[in-house]
Amino acid sequence: MKISSILSTKSSEVITIAPDQTISEAISRLSSYNIGVLIVLGAGGKVVGIISERDIVRRLVEDEELLSREVSEVMTSEVIVGVPDDDVMSVVHTMTEKRFRHIPVIDKGQLIGIISIGDILKAQRDQYQGQIDTLETQIMASDE
Amino acid sequence: MSQVGTEAQPLRVAIIGAGPAGFYAAEYFYKQSDLVVEIDMFDRLPTPYGLVRAGVAPDHQKIKSVTKVFDRVASKPGFRFYGGVELGKDVNVGDLRELYHQIIYTTGAQTDRNLNIPGIDLEGSHAATEFVAWYNGHPDYRDLEFDLSQERAAVIGIGNVAVDVARILCRTPEELAKTDIADYALEALKESRVRDVYVLGRRGPAQGKFTPPELKELGELADADVVVLPEEAKLDELSATSMANADRGTVRNVELIQEFSQRPLTGKSNRLHIRFLVSPTELFGDEDGRVTSMRLVHNELYATEAGTLRPKPIDQYEDIQVDLVFRSIGYRGMPLPGVPFNESWGVILNEEGRVLDPDSKQPLVGEYTAGWIKRGPTGVIGTNKPDAVETVKHMLTDLAKGNILKPSKPCPESAEELVKERQPDYFTFDDWLHLDAIEVSRGEAQGRPRVKFTSVAEMIEAKQM
Repeated sequence: MKISSILSTKSSEVITIAPDQTISEAISRLSSYNIGVLIVLGAGGKVVGIISERDIVRRLVEDEELLSREVSEVMTSEVIVGVPDDDVMSVVHTMTEKRFRHIPVIDKGQLIGIISIGDILKAQRDQYQGQIDTLETQIMASDE
Repeated sequence: MSQVGTEAQPLRVAIIGAGPAGFYAAEYFYKQSDLVVEIDMFDRLPTPYGLVRAGVAPDHQKIKSVTKVFDRVASKPGFRFYGGVELGKDVNVGDLRELYHQIIYTTGAQTDRNLNIPGIDLEGSHAATEFVAWYNGHPDYRDLEFDLSQERAAVIGIGNVAVDVARILCRTPEELAKTDIADYALEALKESRVRDVYVLGRRGPAQGKFTPPELKELGELADADVVVLPEEAKLDELSATSMANADRGTVRNVELIQEFSQRPLTGKSNRLHIRFLVSPTELFGDEDGRVTSMRLVHNELYATEAGTLRPKPIDQYEDIQVDLVFRSIGYRGMPLPGVPFNESWGVILNEEGRVLDPDSKQPLVGEYTAGWIKRGPTGVIGTNKPDAVETVKHMLTDLAKGNILKPSKPCPESAEELVKERQPDYFTFDDWLHLDAIEVSRGEAQGRPRVKFTSVAEMIEAKQM
């Protein structure tokens, strides 16, 4: 299965933020959309980073000025991006190995969606359930 | 108005498309003990089951046994089938909104994705899905013609459909005669002179999409030798590394392919060649515009950032002589009249099965989707079950919130009246069961699972018998 089939049933809206916006703005965006991560888009719609609630919370204990800092100072700028043709199996492997939970998906240079580890686990669960159901049906049919 | 979903006012649901996703959606509705539901299932064909009837290969009857599950659903109270009734032609979305509280589109994916290479439209080059629909007796495809007097065929792609097509081309008439393949296809394939079939995969043995039993079957055909080039069976470095994390299916596939590559030819009449790491770049034809050969570029694999191994052409070409080409790079959904469509993915524009307004991106009241037309063509038949359940759960949530259509005529009689007026030749589920019994009894006489009706006119005639 490709990750495009996960994107096809998700809203295409990806919540983003600019690198020069503040952490305070980032928090309000995370909260109003009830999400855990924002994609940071630079000039020309290029993905320049990703910022998660985790990134913010961790920095908060050691940095009292955090809320007024720019997103670019806190974000993770080494972002692994996906393409629609990526296989779900290899993406889940990479996410687990490299310990990240969201992957922006890029097509022809444009951000077209974001996939979370939760989306991937759900897709895998459905795939396995489907296989089990198909096999069970066949086994029951051969009993008759 | 009384509460919807009760004896006083049952929830009225229209399901558009009688394939697996439609039946699984209906099944989940009937599992709700506190809900009274009436389901009208429409299909543009007189016969139900979608690709289980028209897509699953005739020599894979066991997979078709899932229709027993669907028949149990069809026997539930309040279930009606309207076969031969097409959305956009006989009824439209506006009609449905006056008759139902909720509508689900489960029309699947019917066309092939395009392959844009020079010569792809030459005579002798076909969409594999059309060949599949043809040999399975789909009424819309029965009149297609395939020139099986040619000796060399190529199947572009290496998924389930590609493997089915290659296998059917390599089967002997005796093997096919035991199946429910359409009669005209059986006759045509008996005369087939196809001897060499090339299945062309862009990636390597470790990236195959087939299941091990499907692959193993290719090595067990009565009169076809399977051929794999040893140099293509050998894993490249990236694939070899990926095997450490591979699932059992992939490991088994690679073992089988490597075993095939060691087999000598045994002199069987046909040869099924499985090629890896090649992509067609151009088809060449003769002066009559008939395909005569194909240029392949060899690929190597590279890893994407996310770790998927993808093919990349290298500067190495090869021409193979082929007279018949089947393109099988995947099914694609078709837009439905009056229903928002997502062109990028070839699916109905939706969020977890709720159809979205293309402008506001907010859910449309009362419209839903499930199956391949919701998520794209992926997974096995059973994958449509969790998919349909996800959609129906949202439908139940929306029902509880009163977020449903407000039809002016929410009763079965009004729906039947409309269908009778628009399409008097419609088929009920009992009509189908009658056709089914005739097909099966015709089959028994020949030692086959069934002999299919393949034209709508024939079906209408048989209905009245």
